[in-house]
Amino acid sequence: MPAGRPPFLSVALVSTAALAYEILLMRLFSISQWHHFAWMIISLALLGYGASGTFISLARRGLLPRFNTVYPLNLGLFGIAAIGCYSLAQQIPFNAEEILWDWHQSLYLLAVYLLHALPFFFAANAIALTLTRFPHAVSLTYAADLTGAGLGSAMIIALLFLLLPQTALKAIALAGLLAMLIAAAELRLARRRAWQVTALSGIALLMVLPTQWLEPQISPYKGLSQALRVTGTEIIDTRSSPLGLVSVIASPVIPLRHAPGLSLMSRTPIPEQIGIFTDGDALTTIDRNPGQARLDYLDMQTSALPYYLSTIDQVLVLGAGGGHAVQQAHNHAAPHIDAVELNAQLVELVATDYAAYAGHLYERQGIHIHTGEARGFLTRSTRQYDLIQLGQLDAWSASGAGLYASNESYIYTVEALQTYLQHLTADGYLVLSRWIRLPPRDNLKLLATAIQALRASGIAEPGRHLVLVRGWQTATLLVKRSPLTAVEITRLKSFSQSRSFDLAWFPGMQPDEANRFNILAQPYYFQAAQALLGDDSDRFINDYKFNISPATDNRPYYFNFFRWGVLAEILSLRGQGGMPLLDAGYLVLVATLLQAVVISLLLIVLPLLGLGRDTSTSRPAVSHSRTVLYFFTIGIAFLFIEIAFIQRFILFLHHPLYAVSVVLTAFLLFAGLGSAWTSRQPAGNRRIVLAVSGIALLGTLYLVVLGPLFDLLMPLHISLRIPVSILLIAPLAFCMGMPFPLGLMRLADAGPQLTPWAWGINGCASVLSAVLAALLAIQFGFMTVIVVALLLYIFAAVVFP
Amino acid sequence: MKFRSVLNTILVCMACLAVAVPALAADTYRAARMAMVKEIEDDVRRTSLALDKESLDPAVMAAMASVPRHRLVPAKMRDDAYENRPLPIGHGQTISQPYVVAVMTDLMKITPDSTVLEIGTGSGYQAAILGKLAAQVYTIEIIEPLATLARENLQALGYENIEVRIGDGYYGWEEHAPFDAIVVTAAASHIPPPLIEQLRPGGYMIIPVGSRFMVQQLVLVEKDNNSTVTTRQILPVRFVPLTGSH
Repeated sequence: MPAGRPPFLSVALVSTAALAYEILLMRLFSISQWHHFAWMIISLALLGYGASGTFISLARRGLLPRFNTVYPLNLGLFGIAAIGCYSLAQQIPFNAEEILWDWHQSLYLLAVYLLHALPFFFAANAIALTLTRFPHAVSLTYAADLTGAGLGSAMIIALLFLLLPQTALKAIALAGLLAMLIAAAELRLARRRAWQVTALSGIALLMVLPTQWLEPQISPYKGLSQALRVTGTEIIDTRSSPLGLVSVIASPVIPLRHAPGLSLMSRTPIPEQIGIFTDGDALTTIDRNPGQARLDYLDMQTSALPYYLSTIDQVLVLGAGGGHAVQQAHNHAAPHIDAVELNAQLVELVATDYAAYAGHLYERQGIHIHTGEARGFLTRSTRQYDLIQLGQLDAWSASGAGLYASNESYIYTVEALQTYLQHLTADGYLVLSRWIRLPPRDNLKLLATAIQALRASGIAEPGRHLVLVRGWQTATLLVKRSPLTAVEITRLKSFSQSRSFDLAWFPGMQPDEANRFNILAQPYYFQAAQALLGDDSDRFINDYKFNISPATDNRPYYFNFFRWGVLAEILSLRGQGGMPLLDAGYLVLVATLLQAVVISLLLIVLPLLGLGRDTSTSRPAVSHSRTVLYFFTIGIAFLFIEIAFIQRFILFLHHPLYAVSVVLTAFLLFAGLGSAWTSRQPAGNRRIVLAVSGIALLGTLYLVVLGPLFDLLMPLHISLRIPVSILLIAPLAFCMGMPFPLGLMRLADAGPQLTPWAWGINGCASVLSAVLAALLAIQFGFMTVIVVALLLYIFAAVVFP
Repeated sequence: MKFRSVLNTILVCMACLAVAVPALAADTYRAARMAMVKEIEDDVRRTSLALDKESLDPAVMAAMASVPRHRLVPAKMRDDAYENRPLPIGHGQTISQPYVVAVMTDLMKITPDSTVLEIGTGSGYQAAILGKLAAQVYTIEIIEPLATLARENLQALGYENIEVRIGDGYYGWEEHAPFDAIVVTAAASHIPPPLIEQLRPGGYMIIPVGSRFMVQQLVLVEKDNNSTVTTRQILPVRFVPLTGSH
């Protein structure tokens, strides 16, 4: 290999490992902590990329002459840090819930950030050093980086199906050490043998390292940890996939007795159960029922309502979980039950591993279980149902704290509810059950969504089609395609009365019928239902202290209830236990943004001090401000488009995992090709104009045609929808791969000392971009995110250095 | 001679310290406890709309002012014991915010004749408050080390009317039923029917709902003299969602 050629293979390998590590950390943190904190910690740890730019800018003169040592060293350090820093961070007793009053927690959090930033810092150093050391091969180096990252995203998702996350972590560390080994060969290092021995010793150590040392330590406040405190409770089975770590527990001494929302009047026993926790939380259970008995306790929950209103033959359960909604339907002898569950491992547990325990629930006559996503299933189904039941409740702890605020959900949008309604028979019911939280928000948002969906389906008086019942813990919203009849209303009253459930809305309800058994300070639900069904509903939604405006496919944030307007009021109530009123998820996004802005500013400004003092090189012929603006803007814009497209494709590919892996891999691989292509192009500003024109044209085109195109192609099998998606992404990604190397090529000619700085700026912008995209999408929707990204690309072309 | 006098001086100083330090510490804790009580009183006034009262039962406040909370938290938490916030006590459990403990106790309307059942002893603090107000307190804890520690601490503090049992609280404590009040601090997916049965007509059951560190609402189960059961859901903060614009 010629001495002047960059070590492409090791660059690609470390990029593969770094991107895989990012996704894997998300998985590991979601198990040990909660998803949104995982997201914050990893977002900030990714500033390790920005820090590497700053570090190399400042230490460039010392590092570049020693490239042959520091490059492989950073690769090896990435491998070691990937495992070492993770293990150290596991020892830090960080508890997110205490951060408000225990200042130690902030220090712990800082330590967690710093530890997790280190592996990214080393990986980024290796790439940035290569870009700086080989200024005239930046296109190909960046192409190797992107291609590697693309492979990383696909590989880690595949790996997570095969391995436990902690084993996958070893594989990533191994990749770091392998990259070091390969680098020694690629660079034809003089002391190659020493590097080889070091790398191989590291690999050998990794092989013997007990994997259980790396097992994620689940927060003692998560459901699984709490359950395991009970004498005799043990984990009897563990499954892992990119969708989550499934832990099956048995509690033979003290039964689980999981029956959320059970009526106060219930005296029926709860059968023996095994518990299933996903990522250490979100408990669902499988009931022991070898005799295939009728499980009466399921009739004492609000979700049993539809079976007491009418005869139901065709049932669709969306989110089958441990099979309760299926059993509930079976209790009432529904002849045809379709049940859909996204997580194949949950299906497997009920259908295969614990089939005998569950009384072969899924093998009983008329019951059909489907693994897949709810809306995807309905898109391909032509069947009409008497009842569509959204079965599974998410974990109360996370839901209760509003932690899902930044999670997109396409299950509870106006469009989703319209789809469900379309699949109902003329007198069919759609039934959605949610936890109750005070002050009311979830159920009211769902009610507002249902009203909008009914109106959009051409129903003039939605109030005649709706019923809302509540216990003290859960509420069930029933939406009927045709108006409710007097007979149904009589049955509804009898159902609620016998179970001490409160009526919150039914057609013709009188105020004195509300708030009888589970008494609130005021009949909030009935008042809200009246307001939402009245002429002034918009004003009610606008004036309400939580965000209860319906979620849409463009703004799929059902779980976000936060409103800035009440922040001051809630904070003033902090001492009186007012903090649970805050929906923390949104604030975590804001907190991430603020921290990232401060750190990014520091990281971007610091190198300027070094660059100002640098007298060894000639003054760059490009301005610092243009450099900052250009690399910052394209960093923001690239991720905006990538994130928004992942969301757009979730509805087309129907499965968040397919969408993430296909879109991310396609984007990175084709952007890599775009980057490589720029190496063959003649110099000149014309190329950036061409690249940005391509992005703007394709982006605008997709804004207009993607929706109708998806509608047209939706019936295709997934094996065809994936290549179609890749084909759609390819040209746009190809163009998006060009601006960064074009900028670096310009710097290579006019100010090579700015290369690591540009790399750092781009790294910081990427972190900010992910947070900003979420905030922007919550406020204005994903279409806006794409429009802003396109405008940013145009701005970038204007400020091209 | 000189050495002996120095030694004597040191010994005298040490003896003084041995007497003074605990006394000083006790004073410090007492002062902190009084400050905590004052804070609870202020909070109650601020949340009077939600609680439907300006102040809590004086007997409850007297109990809050007398129970040495610092003796019922882990040693390393003692300095924080009187802060008006929840504290971790190990085993994934917490000791509730004093304001919440006071409000819950008040809602149960305990009299000196009451027999009270507690499910989820935890540190024993809630039981100690109940012990000051009721004739007899029965408390069940499922986590053995917590139950053992709470029992030891409560005995050391001289509570003779509190009985701690290790075990499953779902079925209550039948031989001592019915209870005038029941407090369920252990997480449960539903209100155990046996507990409703063991509640005396006219009695109250209180359940805090939320995470280990943040109580979101209090559920007060009321069983009237006809044994009709209703719940009242109380948001223990001054926050009205439906009225007022922003």
